Amino acid sequence: MSDRGAVDSLLQRAAPGRAEFEDLVIVPLFAVAVALILGALTMLATGVDMATIGRSYVALLQGSVGSLGALSETLTAAVPLVLAALGLALGFRTGLFNIGAEGQLLMGGLAAVIFGFSFPGLPFPVLMPLCLLAGALTGALYAAIAGYLRAATGAHEVISTIMLNLISYRLLDWMLSLDWVQREGRSDPVSRSVPPNAELPRLLDWLDPNLRVHAGIFLMLLAVWAVHWLLFRSKLGFEFRASGANPDAARYAGIRASLVIVLAMALAGALAGLAGANQVLGVLGRATPGFSAGIGFDAIAVALLGRSHPVGVLFAGLLFGALEAGGRQMQVDAGVSIDLIGIIQALIIVFIAAPLLVRAIFPWGFRRRDKGGAR
Amino acid sequence: MTHRITRAAICLPLALGLATEAGAFTACQITDTGGIDDNSFNQTAWQGVLDAQGQLGIDARFLESQAETDYEANITSLLGGQCDVIFTIGFLLGDATQAAALANPDQMFSIVDYAYDPAIPNVLGQVYATDEAAFLAGYLAAGMTETGILGVFGGINIPPVTIFMDGFAWGVDHYNGVHGTSVTVLGWDPDTREGLFTNNFDSLDDGRAFAQNLYDEGADIVLPVAGPVGLGSAALAAELGPDELMIIGVDADLYLTDPERGQVYLTSIMKRMDATVFQVIEQAIAGTFEGGVIVGTLENGGVDIAPFHDFEGSVPAALAEELATVRAGIIDGSIAVGGM
Repeated sequence: MSDRGAVDSLLQRAAPGRAEFEDLVIVPLFAVAVALILGALTMLATGVDMATIGRSYVALLQGSVGSLGALSETLTAAVPLVLAALGLALGFRTGLFNIGAEGQLLMGGLAAVIFGFSFPGLPFPVLMPLCLLAGALTGALYAAIAGYLRAATGAHEVISTIMLNLISYRLLDWMLSLDWVQREGRSDPVSRSVPPNAELPRLLDWLDPNLRVHAGIFLMLLAVWAVHWLLFRSKLGFEFRASGANPDAARYAGIRASLVIVLAMALAGALAGLAGANQVLGVLGRATPGFSAGIGFDAIAVALLGRSHPVGVLFAGLLFGALEAGGRQMQVDAGVSIDLIGIIQALIIVFIAAPLLVRAIFPWGFRRRDKGGAR
Repeated sequence: MTHRITRAAICLPLALGLATEAGAFTACQITDTGGIDDNSFNQTAWQGVLDAQGQLGIDARFLESQAETDYEANITSLLGGQCDVIFTIGFLLGDATQAAALANPDQMFSIVDYAYDPAIPNVLGQVYATDEAAFLAGYLAAGMTETGILGVFGGINIPPVTIFMDGFAWGVDHYNGVHGTSVTVLGWDPDTREGLFTNNFDSLDDGRAFAQNLYDEGADIVLPVAGPVGLGSAALAAELGPDELMIIGVDADLYLTDPERGQVYLTSIMKRMDATVFQVIEQAIAGTFEGGVIVGTLENGGVDIAPFHDFEGSVPAALAEELATVRAGIIDGSIAVGGM
């Protein structure tokens, strides 16, 4: 029997089959369903009547995928989430729990804005990519600090990235009050505007000026492909995954652990920085103290929901973008507080993090595990 | 000619159909961060819409901004003909409102705390001479303080916030000039335009910490100009007791909107956004809406200070009389609100 088990697990590894499919697809689907049901129960418990609950979920659907405008909003909200979450997924695969996407995103976005208004004379095909690059590089450098501290001193990246987040908030406040960054004529912390030739162009504004979807979606798709290639097709990606799976084994195999940690953190920071640059160049056009809007933290959830797989992250990001866009419609149409969306998102994460719980609630959705030995 | 008649024939039943539909007029509001139930800024403006709902039978919807990044997205999701007039609440929504108004010239907008120059034809700005009411509050506070030190802090260093702080500081100066006292204001200097700011409109913890710092420096009356952040200051004052620390509310009469801690509010500097929002809705329904600016002043009741409520017995009669004189002086122009 034990031979049989070993063969099974070997086969399993060679051709990921039903079990992996269940983990990757069925568990998230059920998690979303349970979260929506519990969300409805929450509304019921707070005195919302059934008709309003029904209306709010219809609005959630309409506001996320029900029209061209809704799709545009969903995509606009999803792009930065996916970019930042790809970076986090890369870290998770390497065994690094990076909480610092928020700070890396702020620093990257700020760098993109500053670069943009500092060289307004450059033509669009030069300036826009350079702004993105400035954002990515700054994010990478900022994250590499935590990577270096981990590699050189063993300081845990969870602590150091949280601290770097706090530093980034105050650094941003201070930078935004500097004469050469602050917008002329304003005394509150708001940066100068990004010149038009640094902006990520809107794709559908010729149809309707209110469609905000912008060229950032191409950046997002490119990043999904690039991270997938890096993780699963390149030597560096193999080193990342090997270090994540078993750091000791990786070290004995000759993988330079310190270098891998710093590089993985830097790449994660670059993607978070791109997310920040995407926000300021595509959506906001300026930097303010709150411009990250918690994307760096939501991205952790997206990366977990996507099981740290680039394609999974893409779909998880789209789901979170849809929840955000639909949540607004929910408040407009049904008057249900937008905070409920936060509850639903949190519930999804709880159930994703506890696949056994989902299996226990929906036993009929999964193939029964062989108990082993008996047959 | 025949064309026009047929078109009129088609349009008429349509128009009638819309008009007979109950509550066909819809007013929508986008709040700033801090939430619709912040007891002050956003809630006061929303009250105007609720009043209109009660008295004029309109439909009302709102959308809360949770972060500054939401402004544009929120406006976008209210476009598309579902709202007759969209209210954007707050100076920080100025850029987003302008962009949306220019892209949608047929949509009526009204923004609180922002005046466009030149005016945009479909945006009506609501601005307030808040310094006139804050001047009175400053005068009152200077007369009430026992330590001779007053504290003030703001949310974000933007004109609609600093106008409270300016008026307050000038009111204190005026009191000092009249009585030969030397009451000082911590937290804002009207000349250097620098002072204490929490840099947000939603952290109650900041409100508590800033009030604590000012109290530690000797202030016994604190004016928090930051919407719900001030509730944190009020919580501290409620613990210390009104003998130690009093709070001056902003936007609404906080004695009424925050009744649990009513005993800490010496008065409130009221910015009657509810009245102006109501006025805009009336104009929009009547079809007299046009772009420009509505200004709320002490004279037209757009700004004022609230009654003293629990402090009614503690404010000396002489001071109350002086306040009435100053008030009349501001209205008739004999007292200039402004730096000396």
